[in-house]
Amino acid sequence: MKSLEELQKIKETQLEAIRLREAGQKAKIVVGMGTCGIAAGAREVMSAILDELGKRRLTNVDVTQTGCIGLCAQEPLVDVILPGKPRVTYGKVDANKARQIVAQHVVNGIVISEWVVNRGEE
Amino acid sequence: MEELALHILDLLENALAAGARQILITIEEDEDRDLLTIEVRDDGRGMGAETLQKALDPFYTTRTTRKVGLGLPLFQATAAQCGGNVTLESRPGQGTRVVATMKLSHPDLPPLGDMGATIAAALSREEPVELVYHHRRGQKEFKFSSAWLQLHLGEVPLNCGPVLDWIQRYINKGVAELYGGEGK
Repeated sequence: MKSLEELQKIKETQLEAIRLREAGQKAKIVVGMGTCGIAAGAREVMSAILDELGKRRLTNVDVTQTGCIGLCAQEPLVDVILPGKPRVTYGKVDANKARQIVAQHVVNGIVISEWVVNRGEE
Repeated sequence: MEELALHILDLLENALAAGARQILITIEEDEDRDLLTIEVRDDGRGMGAETLQKALDPFYTTRTTRKVGLGLPLFQATAAQCGGNVTLESRPGQGTRVVATMKLSHPDLPPLGDMGATIAAALSREEPVELVYHHRRGQKEFKFSSAWLQLHLGEVPLNCGPVLDWIQRYINKGVAELYGGEGK
């Protein structure tokens, strides 16, 4: 039952994070999961993001998903929303780019401009 | 789609888009009858007879962002290519049931693929959803229930990176054991 012990550890860390967290101070990563996104590799992108968050023990990041937003040619699409910052949408993301987005944007707050397809209003 | 798991993810996305709160995935591999059955059942808003008839048509979609749907027709094409079929049952307000059958020994049968990543992706949402995944292969079976997991986690949500990552690895280990492997 090694994996359940591991789950217990994750639970404790997350509970601690919930206690420490201030309301609304959570970063969010959204992956497009329409048929277009799935066919373009969105699931592998999400896997890479989860793996990277797990490795870095980033507990203050929500990972969520959305359907097709109409930019099918740019799929897989990934949105990064940092607290108090506008939404940044990356296009044609692959597993490798996804890991760099976590490292550069989510951790260090540096937007990787060359992959951005859209930015929210300030 | 290169994997059956990607088709399944697409079905799960349809179910979630239809407002499903409970989703049941059943995969059955019956070597004696040379039959693979994949079933996804949800309690979403369902479809009326007219919509149901159009659902396998690639040029039908309920989305407004473009004019083609393709999810179900792609799955239908894969199933047909592998000596099987996709059937749909749905009623407004009562949910939808999609059943795909394929010949287990068919040379064109795509690999099952990464079921762990598929289920983690489906659970990565803000609205809670109860998902059960039941996989039978001959005498062996694997069962995953998100409600059981939530019981273990208490107030910790499922959609945070480390939990989803755990789910992915847990399911892939369970599925690998069905095939006699030890898993990662």
